[in-house]
Amino acid sequence: MLKTAIWRILKSGWQSFIRNYWLSTATVAVMILALFVIGGLALFNVMTQAIVENLEGRVDVSVYFNKDTEEAKVLSVRQELVELPEVKSVDYISQDEALKNFQERHKDNEVLLQSLQELDQNPLEPSLNIKANEASQYESISNYLAQDRFQGIIDKINYKQNQDIINRLTRLTGNIQMGGLLISLFLGLLAVLVSFNTVRLTMYTWRDEISVMRFVGASNWFIRGPFMVEGALYGIISAITTIILIFPILYLISPKITNFLPEVDLLYFYQVNFWQFLILMFGVGILIGGVSSLIAIRRYLRE
Amino acid sequence: MIVFQKVSKIYDGCTALNNLDLTIKAKEFVSLAGPSGAGKSTLLKLLIGEEKPTRGKLFLDKQNIHLIKEKDMPKLRRKIGMVFQDFRLLSDRTAYENVAFAMEVAGATDKEIKQDVPQLLELVGLIDKLNQFPHQLSGGEKQRVAIARALIHRPSVILADEPTGNLDLLNSWDIVRLLLKINELGTTIILATHDREIINNLGRRVITLDKGRVIRDEENGRYIL
Repeated sequence: MLKTAIWRILKSGWQSFIRNYWLSTATVAVMILALFVIGGLALFNVMTQAIVENLEGRVDVSVYFNKDTEEAKVLSVRQELVELPEVKSVDYISQDEALKNFQERHKDNEVLLQSLQELDQNPLEPSLNIKANEASQYESISNYLAQDRFQGIIDKINYKQNQDIINRLTRLTGNIQMGGLLISLFLGLLAVLVSFNTVRLTMYTWRDEISVMRFVGASNWFIRGPFMVEGALYGIISAITTIILIFPILYLISPKITNFLPEVDLLYFYQVNFWQFLILMFGVGILIGGVSSLIAIRRYLRE
Repeated sequence: MIVFQKVSKIYDGCTALNNLDLTIKAKEFVSLAGPSGAGKSTLLKLLIGEEKPTRGKLFLDKQNIHLIKEKDMPKLRRKIGMVFQDFRLLSDRTAYENVAFAMEVAGATDKEIKQDVPQLLELVGLIDKLNQFPHQLSGGEKQRVAIARALIHRPSVILADEPTGNLDLLNSWDIVRLLLKINELGTTIILATHDREIINNLGRRVITLDKGRVIRDEENGRYIL
């Protein structure tokens, strides 16, 4: 009995979807647009995330040790730093490496290299390059290193010189993320509202049919069911179409974005996270379609 | 049997039915006559529980209709067959599916549906139009589908609200003859109409309403206003 009822509800929803293909197509088109916006926003957020990480990755703080500091001591400081939760990585650059880097950097500058050779010892200091997880954490790392026990061995911390730029960067990345989130929420809401309204309008055209169903003695669930199935079908078809449509579009624009931001490969990201996207699209689509139908139909059922 | 006991229905201060007392026996064929706004449609709406009386009681087979809970309403509606002026068929379903729908909602098995629906469409003379959609049928054919649908639960009463209102003379008489045939098979028929010709030729009980009151109730009545 229940099985027959469910089967009939499914069949009836499917039939209505197919027979009113023009209305279905229009509704699905609007929902595709909405899902597209939502999918696009998800990818946009991945991109801003990458930009923020990229910017943050370019900032570091270097701690220069006095020239005569033993390597073991520098390494023990490094070990301490690595254990701090704010610290992402610490690179040790010994005096020799610093010299090599210097020579490499100035290999075209004969005068400088010659004057360097005339010195009988390496003038550069060993240093630690510290990267924090977030730009806002450099201050606390710098404060940590300002403790008295490090006074004897640390020559200088270049945080003070970088402070201004780090602060600006912190604000900038914060703004980018906040702005992205706000725009996403706003556009996402808009998309949901538009498709909700479209489904409602579609259901509005059925109000006479609903009264007929009531007259011949259909229970409320028997009336509601097929419309919800139809709504969910709108969602499923739009989700599948959107998922497929995103591929050629990313294929076209992804290389351009990668040119601009080398660490962002949206197409690759999309392929790797395909199943999550699929679930997101299906979830949002079915939810919008089904729930909109349910709400729209309530008005005509007189509960 | 249908009994109205001092039934009044008032919409926003406007009295549609005024203190109505009326008894309709089982298997009767009754015409409701009267001008538009006399209260014919309100009376039918009260019977199918679409509206509740403002005052008074109303019984169908000893069951007080306005005490039926909303969730049990579908069961009442399956006991009463309804036929409308505008046919009220489901536009995206074929003639067969329209009739079958009424069986599906009541939980009939596929086997019962396959058996009963063609029989009924045969009875109303539409066996060759099973798979036509409403827009492919004439007015008279649509009304016959609606009657087949109204009959599907073997109701004790059929309410026909201006069933011939949208039909030409020939088709109108086809529909009335069909209703008479159904009445002979044992179903109470309440036919609301303001078609003088039909009422005068029926020679059955006629209840004439005006401004929400019964102004005339005669066996073998005529349309007089």
